[in-house]
This record gives sequence, structure tokens and C-alpha cells, in this order.
Amino acid sequence: MFDKTLAELAEGLRKGDFSSVELTGAWLERIKTEDSKYNSYISVTEEQALEQAKAADAAIAAGTAGAFTGLPIAHKDLFCTQGVRTSCGSKMLDNFASPYDATVVAKFKQAGAVMLGKTNMDEFAMGSSNESSFYGPARNPWNTDCVPGGSSGGSGAAVAARLTPAATGSDTGGSIRQPAALCGITGLKPTYGRVSRYGMVAFASSLDQGGPMAHTAEDCAMMLNVMAGFDPMDSTCLDREVPDYTAALNEPLAGLKIGLPKEYFTETLDPQIAERVKAAVAEFEKLGATVKEVSLPNTELCIPSYYIIAPAEASSNLSRFDGVRYGYRCEEPKDLEDLYKRTRGEGFGAEVKRRIMVGTYALCAGYYDAYYNKAQQIRRLIQQDFIRVLDDVDVIMGPTTPHPAFKIGEKSNDPVSMYMEDIYTLSLNLAGLPGMSVPCGQVNGLPVGLQIIGNYFAESKLLNVAHQFQQATDWHQQAPAGI
Amino acid sequence: MSLDRSDVERIAHLARLQIDENDIPAYTENLSSILNLIDQMQQADTGNVAPLANPLDAVQRLRADEVTEPNQREQLQAVAPAVEDGLFLVPKVIE
Repeated sequence: MFDKTLAELAEGLRKGDFSSVELTGAWLERIKTEDSKYNSYISVTEEQALEQAKAADAAIAAGTAGAFTGLPIAHKDLFCTQGVRTSCGSKMLDNFASPYDATVVAKFKQAGAVMLGKTNMDEFAMGSSNESSFYGPARNPWNTDCVPGGSSGGSGAAVAARLTPAATGSDTGGSIRQPAALCGITGLKPTYGRVSRYGMVAFASSLDQGGPMAHTAEDCAMMLNVMAGFDPMDSTCLDREVPDYTAALNEPLAGLKIGLPKEYFTETLDPQIAERVKAAVAEFEKLGATVKEVSLPNTELCIPSYYIIAPAEASSNLSRFDGVRYGYRCEEPKDLEDLYKRTRGEGFGAEVKRRIMVGTYALCAGYYDAYYNKAQQIRRLIQQDFIRVLDDVDVIMGPTTPHPAFKIGEKSNDPVSMYMEDIYTLSLNLAGLPGMSVPCGQVNGLPVGLQIIGNYFAESKLLNVAHQFQQATDWHQQAPAGI
Repeated sequence: MSLDRSDVERIAHLARLQIDENDIPAYTENLSSILNLIDQMQQADTGNVAPLANPLDAVQRLRADEVTEPNQREQLQAVAPAVEDGLFLVPKVIE
């Protein structure tokens, strides 16, 4: 049962092979016995899950079930869940039971999904390793000495360890795609504005986007069908028709034009990863695709540009944590300033404080043009690179990360070397484009991710391309040893 | 770009962050190295390029000026650290 995809579990529920209560009970039991190895959950919502499963079984019996009814999933702990702790991986929100549901959470409830729990993450989604979590690092199921990636590291680890068939994630600079790559699963960051951000704790509002993480592209399509769509509660959510993302999965790839950016295959990239990615591209050629080299000349500038824009927006967004309305409050503040300073000093971890300070510095009077404005100009250059290339090819392919999963502790005291791991993922958030990571091989027993980048709103195309690859290969079916 | 101790103290104050005295050297070093990384931007020729704030150049959506939200004060204050008579409590601001 634990190796089944969402699509297979849905089939089993429909045919009556098992009930949602049986399914949910089995996954909850597995979390109980196995998660101490991975620390992938912050909260497990057993009671609520079993209630939802009962309701799902009733709907199935009554013939009112939808495609997602009774399927268990987990939510990254930055999606607000009514009455359930929404910690965002931070001491600041350790005591915060959200008074309302995020739109994404409400949509899954509406669709009849069962929430198993809330997954671990880097504090306020700031990190590429899950090490900045207040609840301790999640561990990579392929090698528990290694990071699962971040910031949706708990979601990545939980899916890879078969502690949930699928999970939600959020991606501000790679936080879905990078843990998907490092944990050997499939993840999709949709076009900016495709999925509502309402109730998704804000990090960098012009970059944040929620998306699915699962074993297969087909499962990601099923999840995106639930998640995508207009929401009046999110002022940047786009009012555009939502296609059935499962409809185009089986389109043949003959004639597909793939671009390989030469800037993604430099000495920055582990040669063994380059080899796996090129082997995957060769597989697409067998499926009828044509491949050409393309150029994204401003690639390297994505790191400095992102590490201005994201901290600047974060410093503004996180000013709401003041110890007054919700969340942590320091003991016995002597005046209002002391309340603010100690609440924030004690409630935030080191990486969050670093980013708030970088953002505060960059937004200081007199520095705006040199930093924020310059970064936003570079952002347009990066976008123009993509627009030019995507005018010529259907999808861009490359590695998701320059290296496989690194050891816990290896980079935690060196933020700059950690930031460099984001080189292939940041540009998409800056440009607002959709991208996927799909398992395409292993290096020293650790998974490698192939990144597939498409044009605005080309999620159906990406899912189709990934699904066809998964019909021809079995990397996505491989499980870590002992699982 | 290299920061010194007083820069870090000033930024921490602006951000209303209490930083432990012993941690200031580490923050100074880390923030300086992050700003060095960021300074690579300055080599890019951005001339008259228009800054990109929204990837789809979308503009703020407007809605009719109507009351659409119910009053949820009790529910929202239930998660507050300190409230009294429907008000959020903070330390005395005016002596």
C-alpha cells in the first residue's frame, strides 16, 4: 500500500479494495513507527484525519465522491489550518493554532482529502536544507546523515519515506523543486499567481507559490487540479481558466523542442549530475524530442538579485510578528520597544534574523536604487532571457541542483555556500515561470533531479513531458533502502 | 561591502531585533559575506531596464467598496498573547 501513487490509491478506494479509514489508519500507524528516523512531521493530526476519512467513506458509499475523496496528504506547515498548529517551522508560531484555513487547505478539504499532518520545513521557508527549523532538521530518507533539501524538506522526506503519498509545498526560490530533487520525488512549482497564497504564511510575496509534491507527474496533476484557480482573497492570484491537468498527460512528445542552457552545464555542476541529466535528455530524444543548446546569459545574476528581493520582502512581511496579536511574546516586557525586540530576537532563529537584517539594510533610505531597484532590473533581464528562449523551444531542461544532498551541518554555518545551491532554481521565481523536478538517476546512492521549465501557464505541458518520461523510466519508483 | 559592529547594531535596531552581544561578531561576518555576494549585481549593465515587480506585469485588482468580511474579533483574539475587553494588551506606551 505504501508504494502506491495517489492515482492507484484512488482506484483502490473506488473499487472498494480498502476504505479511506483503513488507508488513513495504516499511514498514521506508519508515521508513528517510522517518523522518528526522519523528523518529517511537525504535527500529526490523527483525530481529524480519521474523521475526514469517515466522511470520505460515507461520500464514496453515497456515490458523491470526487477524484480526491479519501486520499491522504500532508500539508507543509506554512499553510494555515484552522484549529491546528501552523508553526512555519518557527518558535514564533509554535503556539499558533490558525483561526482559519488557507485557500489551498480549504480546497483539499472541499475535495474530500484527508490531512495526515503538517510537515517540517526551514523556518519561515528560509533555507535549502531544512536545518533552520525550530523542530530540528528533517532527514533525507536516502541517507539520514544528509539533508532532504529545503525549505519543503519535511514534505520531500515524508513522501520519499512513504509517510504520506503526497504533500503540499511552497516554492520561493526552489523550495519545492530542490527537496523533490534531493529526495527523489516529483515536484511542481506553478506559474506565479496560479495557486492562491491566501493563508500561506508570507515569505517573499512576489516570489511565493504553492505547489504539489508526490511520486509522479500524474499525482502532481491530480493535486494541481485541486489547488489551482482564482481566489479573490489573494490580490495576486490570477483569474484564468484552470484546465484539467490530467487531460494532456498522454500526449506524445514527438516534435517536442528542448533547450539546454549552456550556463547550466559549467564547472559549478557536479559532472556526475551533468551525466545523469544528459542521459535523461537522451531518453527524450528517443521519445521523439529534438534538443538544442540555448543561452540564458544572466543566470549567475539570479543569486545576488534574489538575495536582495527575497530578504527585502521578508523583512517587510515579517514585521507583523511583534508579540501583540498572535504568536510568541517575550516574558515581562518592560516597554513596547523591549516587547518588539525581545519577542523577535527570541522568537526568530539565526537565518531568519540574517535575512530580515539584509532586507532592512537594502531598504534603508539612500540604498534603494543600488539594491532593490537594481535587483528588480536584473529580474527583468532574467525574465527576458527566458522569454527569448521559450519563443524558440517548448521546454528548457537542466539540473535542479548542482550537487546531490549534502551532509547535515556541512553548510549550516556558511549561508553564502548554502545560497549557491539555489543557482538553477531561483531564476524561475524571479521570472514567475513554472518548473518541475523529476527524478532522473542517482549519484552515490542519492537521487538526482531533472528540472523542466516551461512558459507561463504551461503546467499541462510540463506535466505531460514529465509523465511521458516516467512512462519510459522507473527512477520515480525507486525507494530508499529499507523502505 | 564590509559591515562593522555598529552597522549590525544599527540594522538590528531598525528591524527591532534583539541580538545577543556574543552573536554580533558572527552576524557581522555573515552579513558582510552576504553583502559581498550581493555586490556582484553591480557588474551588470542594467541601463534603462524597467524594474520588474510582478512577473506578469499584473496590476492591483480593485473591488467594490462594500463590507464583505464578518466580524471575527473573538476568534482572532483567541490566539493573542494578552487581551482584555476586546483590546490587545501591550506595555504602557505613554507615561
